[in-house]
Amino acid sequence: METLVACLSGFLVATSIWLMLSGNLMRFLFGLLLLSNGVNLAILAAGRLTPGAPPLLGAKGALPPDTMANALPQALLLTAIVIGFGLFAFALALTIRAYRTFGHLEVDRMRIAEPAEERE
Amino acid sequence: MSWVLALPIMIPFVTAVLAFLLRRSRMGDLASVGGSVASLVAAVVLIAEVLDQGVIAGQIGGWQAPFGITLVADHLSAAMVLITAIIGLSVAVWSLAEIGPTSARFGYHALFQSLLGGVTGAFLTGDLFNLYVWFEVLLISSFGLLVIGGRKSAIDGAVKYVTLNLIATVLFLAGAGLLYGATGTLNMADLRGAVAASPDQGLMTLIAMMLMVAFGMKAAVFPLFFWLPASYHTPHYAVSAVFAGLLTKVGVYALLRVFTLIFVGDLGYTHEILLWVSLLTMLTGVLGAAAQSDFRKILSFHIISQIGYMVLGLALMTPLAVMGAVFYLLHHIIVKTNLFLIAGVSQRLTGSSDLYAIGGLYRTAPLLAALFIIPAFSLAGFPPLSGFWAKFVIVRASLDLGEWLVAGVALLVGLLTIFSMTKIWAEAFWKAHPDGRQPALADLPRSARWQMMVPIIALAVMTVLIGAFPSAFLEFATKGAEQLLDPAAYVAAVLGEARR
Repeated sequence: METLVACLSGFLVATSIWLMLSGNLMRFLFGLLLLSNGVNLAILAAGRLTPGAPPLLGAKGALPPDTMANALPQALLLTAIVIGFGLFAFALALTIRAYRTFGHLEVDRMRIAEPAEERE
Repeated sequence: MSWVLALPIMIPFVTAVLAFLLRRSRMGDLASVGGSVASLVAAVVLIAEVLDQGVIAGQIGGWQAPFGITLVADHLSAAMVLITAIIGLSVAVWSLAEIGPTSARFGYHALFQSLLGGVTGAFLTGDLFNLYVWFEVLLISSFGLLVIGGRKSAIDGAVKYVTLNLIATVLFLAGAGLLYGATGTLNMADLRGAVAASPDQGLMTLIAMMLMVAFGMKAAVFPLFFWLPASYHTPHYAVSAVFAGLLTKVGVYALLRVFTLIFVGDLGYTHEILLWVSLLTMLTGVLGAAAQSDFRKILSFHIISQIGYMVLGLALMTPLAVMGAVFYLLHHIIVKTNLFLIAGVSQRLTGSSDLYAIGGLYRTAPLLAALFIIPAFSLAGFPPLSGFWAKFVIVRASLDLGEWLVAGVALLVGLLTIFSMTKIWAEAFWKAHPDGRQPALADLPRSARWQMMVPIIALAVMTVLIGAFPSAFLEFATKGAEQLLDPAAYVAAVLGEARR
């Protein structure tokens, strides 16, 4: 199971790199989304995918009988997903603004802050 | 939980909420300044406590380390928190003159304060994942600040800044997640033992490299710095001043912390890479600056070359070198922020930041010219200013190791720094204004004059004081370096409390 998730994560990262290298801001953002999902899966796999009991104490604080699942990677993931969502929303808004400002999304042609021509 | 540790983080966020609620009135500006004063008081209390008791740690919510989130302050952290508060207050006052009601209504002061809160949190946390969260807090605030002017060039700069920083963040997250998978802990003090005891040292080095790339991108080291000169000259001057002073230094701090506390198992590999990276950072930064003709662009490239010195101190890893890195970090934040603030005043007076289109400041604004000389020469390393001692210690440390090449590069970069500073001096201050304008400080409205000049004078005085009385600061940095190189006290403060 872990191997499968690891392979999926690798596939997502590979796809995202291909997308991010394309030079179009929108494709870059899709790549970024896939990249963060790939990393999230990797964290999930790194926390071991074991079929364990929920990590909850029974009545009077008794420990559950079986091995417990590790809840921490999932807590980390949740945090990362929420943060990633916020950042992605900002990046998307910025992209829309960039499109309205420049009329295109080719990053190679965005040279206002760094003009290609040096002064004579 | 210790309030001394929590307050420096809490105050900026409370201020941010206040400033956001009051953003439509002048009270929002005042809330920002008031909150910055409170932060400064909290930071002074914290550093007094650290000087008195050594490393202090607090467990949030009473969850014992290594299970809960720990806040830790050693000499380095406390000093960084103090300097953040000083820069925060200076720029908050300076912003009053630059930030108009439009930017204030869009939440400038709230974003500014949450940026300071994020930076402070990153300096105080003792937990790797929590460090990631603080990075995100300061990152999203910085995104907002970058685009708040709404100019075309700012959007352009922001596209590059946002995308590259997001990749660095994802790498950091992946490194932290894999490290947890391999060791089962995220507490930095606990990680030291766990990483050393790991059977798979190759995996540890791999994770170390992931974190090095992530922090290196934040710190803008070669070859990961391209977002910085693309964006730092585009936003409001107050914004670029606080970015220049603090943001890249958070990356340097993270490198210093992680590569002295956690990843010290394979120094021959990790620190050798850091050494070459630092040399190339110094050289590319200073050569990039030489090719520029914009006040802020020159300063931006110099951030990069100066970052190289700090990383060099870490790479050499001797007590003297790490002490140099700590001292350099503290001195540089003050100097760099001040130079950007001066660039802001110069732009306001002369109407441009293009060095070929401005001039005449020496004749008509001699005070500004004198104030420029102090941080500019300190940056280049002239005695007796603070930068001289910083460079002296780093060069001395490399000579002690017999690293002639390293010392040579460090001295050469200092020389080239003078070249750039002289260029700014000659163009902006010495020659007459090409349009025959007579830019004078008296042109500014009375209140703006005070709001702009008082922070600049205060920061310049600090630079002079550090240079004139270096022994106290060097002693402090020595203590900080000792704690970094022998983190027994740090580990005991974090984990010992749990076993009480």
